[in-house]
Amino acid sequence: MSVAQGGADAGQARHYVSQEPFDPHSVEQLAPEQERYYMASQWQLMWWKLRRHRVAVFCGILLLFMYGSVLVSEILAPYQLHSRHTNYIYSPPQSVHLFHDGEFIGPFVYGWSYRLDMETLRRNYSEDRSTVHRLRFLCLGDKYDFWGVIPGRFHLVCPPEGATLFLLGTDRLGRDMLSRIIYGARISLTIGLIGITISFSLGLVIGGMAGYYGGRIDSVVQRVIEIFRSFPELPLWMALSAILPVTWSPILIYFGITAILGLLDWTGLARAVRSKLLSLREEDYCTAAMLMGARPRRIIARHLLPGFMSHLIASATLSIPTMILGETALSFLGLGLRPPITSWGVLLNEAQNINVVALYPWLMLPVVPVIVLILAFNFFGDGLRDAADPYR
Amino acid sequence: MLTYVVHRLLVMIPTLIAISLIIFIIIQLPPGDYFESYIAELQSQGESVDMAKIEFLRKEYGFDQPILVQYAHWALGMLQGDFGYSFEYRLPVSEVVGDRLYLTALISIITIIFTWIVSFPIGIYSAVRQYSWGDYTLSFLGFVGLATPNFLLALVLIYIANVFFGTSIGGLMEPQYIGKPWTLEKIGSVMEHIWIPVVVIGTSGTAGMIRRLRANLLDELEKQYVVTGRAKGLPPIKLLLKYPFRIALNFFFADIGTILPSIISGAAVVEIVLSLPTTGPMLLTALRSQDMYLAGSFLMFLAFLTVVGVLVSDLALAALDPRIRLQGGATR
Repeated sequence: MSVAQGGADAGQARHYVSQEPFDPHSVEQLAPEQERYYMASQWQLMWWKLRRHRVAVFCGILLLFMYGSVLVSEILAPYQLHSRHTNYIYSPPQSVHLFHDGEFIGPFVYGWSYRLDMETLRRNYSEDRSTVHRLRFLCLGDKYDFWGVIPGRFHLVCPPEGATLFLLGTDRLGRDMLSRIIYGARISLTIGLIGITISFSLGLVIGGMAGYYGGRIDSVVQRVIEIFRSFPELPLWMALSAILPVTWSPILIYFGITAILGLLDWTGLARAVRSKLLSLREEDYCTAAMLMGARPRRIIARHLLPGFMSHLIASATLSIPTMILGETALSFLGLGLRPPITSWGVLLNEAQNINVVALYPWLMLPVVPVIVLILAFNFFGDGLRDAADPYR
Repeated sequence: MLTYVVHRLLVMIPTLIAISLIIFIIIQLPPGDYFESYIAELQSQGESVDMAKIEFLRKEYGFDQPILVQYAHWALGMLQGDFGYSFEYRLPVSEVVGDRLYLTALISIITIIFTWIVSFPIGIYSAVRQYSWGDYTLSFLGFVGLATPNFLLALVLIYIANVFFGTSIGGLMEPQYIGKPWTLEKIGSVMEHIWIPVVVIGTSGTAGMIRRLRANLLDELEKQYVVTGRAKGLPPIKLLLKYPFRIALNFFFADIGTILPSIISGAAVVEIVLSLPTTGPMLLTALRSQDMYLAGSFLMFLAFLTVVGVLVSDLALAALDPRIRLQGGATR
């Protein structure tokens, strides 16, 4: 600066041509952040946008945890799914204490026993404040078969020796509700995933055909969707699951119910795919692919679908809760899964009776994870959908 | 308008036929017919089987005929008010059903009215005061209402009513009125009980409608004519009520078509939880005992209710919105 000014003061500017090779990018160079932004793939953009949506991220993490717990249900649950405690039928939730007589002991439970009320024949459970049982962590407890294959005894937390740990109470057979809820997650959570896989593929294929070919196929598909939509959903599910043969094994019933939920749910997705394809197939790149002799399947799958796949996945996320709820409702009514397969709906089936609700309200606790899961899916799906929309 | 109505009615017919076909297939899916399991049951109990009567019933209901004839028999019978025969109750379905159909229809209609009354002011409020605390709170509540399955809500409500008020909220009327003819007192008793299922069933529909009404009204409020009106000094209330509100009103009727299937299927489950004397619980027992004609008639009835409800909402929309009736095409 000072040099240039000095030159101006002297009344002459020196002529100067640089012999160095000139690279235009050195002038118009994007800042590293800018470059990162412009070169980012669609998925990366989506991720960045999603990350800013606090609630959605929180719910996503929550969902990750829930699905993660499904992998290790056996270890997380203090008891095994079917272990009965005939001395502790309909026990209310036990509380965990930290201090005994003003002295810090660490998590422990007091002794737990009941007296039978001879008039109402109710078991009144009470704590025995004199005995202290410390909880055991990372310990050996109830035997189980990990994923039904590997035998094991390792648990995250076990009931103390000679005492019980019913954090959420027990049911009519003295089975620990908390353990059953943890195991139930395995069924309830996977039903949604399998169901959505079925309905997603159906929606893609049917909606794709309707949108790509248009014309007669399109109007037939439209009619079919209309008819499906004018059915009240739940009664139809009820009817279909009622006709699953009684002779089927519980695991077959599980797949049957999932298939029913998936087979009736594709309509919304098919509509979305269809309307999108109807406009996209007029694009030049689609015509080009056609002229090059690509077959419809390839055009739909390679050229058209990827354009709005992210959006589809977001809407699929939003329809998972419908399926989970469908299964819960069906099992709750006794038309869905059957024991020994345990889902949250099967657990809630025991809370169907008004008396049970009044006397043993903790049997309703499986409602809580259902509602949390549904809310988490809804918020996460909403955030995902916002993030997938590139024009906002 | 007349062409539109006729067109709309004509479209309804194939839909209903297709629905009845699907339901008939569902009825037929379980292997064997009712009589086979009935005979087996009687024989296992060591009772004699009156084959003559069974043969008579089989003939009467056309079980010996080809499947298409059976379908025609069933479908045509329904048109004449003959809904088939409930094997479980040994009565014609129409007699078993009785009042239940009306009660289900009544509950659905009241639920729709409830949905309107609640969602209208709230939707307008949260659109006009967008991003205010009230809007956030109501939106969050709406989200929770949308996400909470209504049969679980019914359970929780039963629990709360039991613990805090000491009342049992099952049923639709005081026990002494059951089976009695309709009197003013009976109607009063029904009205006292009906609000609980209505609230429970209506929650998710209301929440959804609030969200959509808010979004629609927000779109409308951003348009230029509103800005113009405001610039010319129209009072805010008048500006709101005169134009955007009217357009939102159209949407209001259109939305019934969207929420009606969910109201009706929600009603079916909530009725079971609350053990109301309506179609839901009976559908469940019919399905459990595989009394398929009874179940089929119920399904058909629920589907019919849905289709007719959507029709009514379309017609109301056409009456309100000239664009629809002049184009004469179906909107959905």
